[in-house]
Amino acid sequence: MVMQQSIASARLDAVFSALADPTRRAIVARLAEGEATVNELGAPFDMSQPAISKHLKVLERAGLISIGQDAQRRPRKLEAEPLDDAMDWIERYREVWEENYQRLDALLAELQAKPGARKRKRKRKKE
Amino acid sequence: MPMPAEVSLPTDREVRVVRSFNAPRKLVWDAHTKPELVPRWQGYDGWDMPVCDMDVRVGGTYKWQWRNLEDGKKFGFFGTFTEVNGPCKIVHEQYYDPGEMDFAMPTGDPCIVSLELSEQNGVTTLVCTLKFASKEARDGAVSTGMTDGMEHSYTRLDAVIVKNAA
Repeated sequence: MVMQQSIASARLDAVFSALADPTRRAIVARLAEGEATVNELGAPFDMSQPAISKHLKVLERAGLISIGQDAQRRPRKLEAEPLDDAMDWIERYREVWEENYQRLDALLAELQAKPGARKRKRKRKKE
Repeated sequence: MPMPAEVSLPTDREVRVVRSFNAPRKLVWDAHTKPELVPRWQGYDGWDMPVCDMDVRVGGTYKWQWRNLEDGKKFGFFGTFTEVNGPCKIVHEQYYDPGEMDFAMPTGDPCIVSLELSEQNGVTTLVCTLKFASKEARDGAVSTGMTDGMEHSYTRLDAVIVKNAA
């Protein structure tokens, strides 16, 4: 279990650190629209081709992109699964907070609906 | 309806949660600092909170404990308040007490939990930042146990692993 967990965790680390860079996020966003060649991916950036290739390597190693079928164009395409896993990881954590905060919403509404209710209760206790 | 909670990872060691509430700041503050109010919302489905002791002042301590409604197993958090500036900001050092649970949660160094509240037009925005002792501690907390309705997180994690291995 511990071993499996660390494998999953290492994968998540690679995904998150790959996505920590704005250029790489832009590349991922571009690939979400469909596959693209290295030249196409580099076009919007003021960056040398080796610099773009370096970013693509990082994304590849994280499993976020792969190389498409076309042997000549060698287009890059997005791999959805690691992204889904990464989103899943945060999402489950978020849900726990959200559940708490929905209970808090209800409590706040209740407290606002009867102002002074708590004061009265406290007074009664003293009597 | 308030916006749903947003979670981000501002640094390697931190998690940040942002949420808005349709209530004045003083009330949101009370709900976080009054021991008679905290157990009414803070917790997990299928658990109650029989222990909620809070001495809200700088240097004051607190103890929270939850109990599983089915098997009675307990776990909790305890710590010390290091900054109390009501109704704007409260900071505490939080330790995890695994009780009878065996989550993969760090039990050593504390997590610094900082809660900041701001109010605009009757809407209170809460920013809660948790700074863990290490990246591993943070990832452990986000991944498992109490952060996720308990055991089923392991099931989910197993599902991710199986999916990855396939």
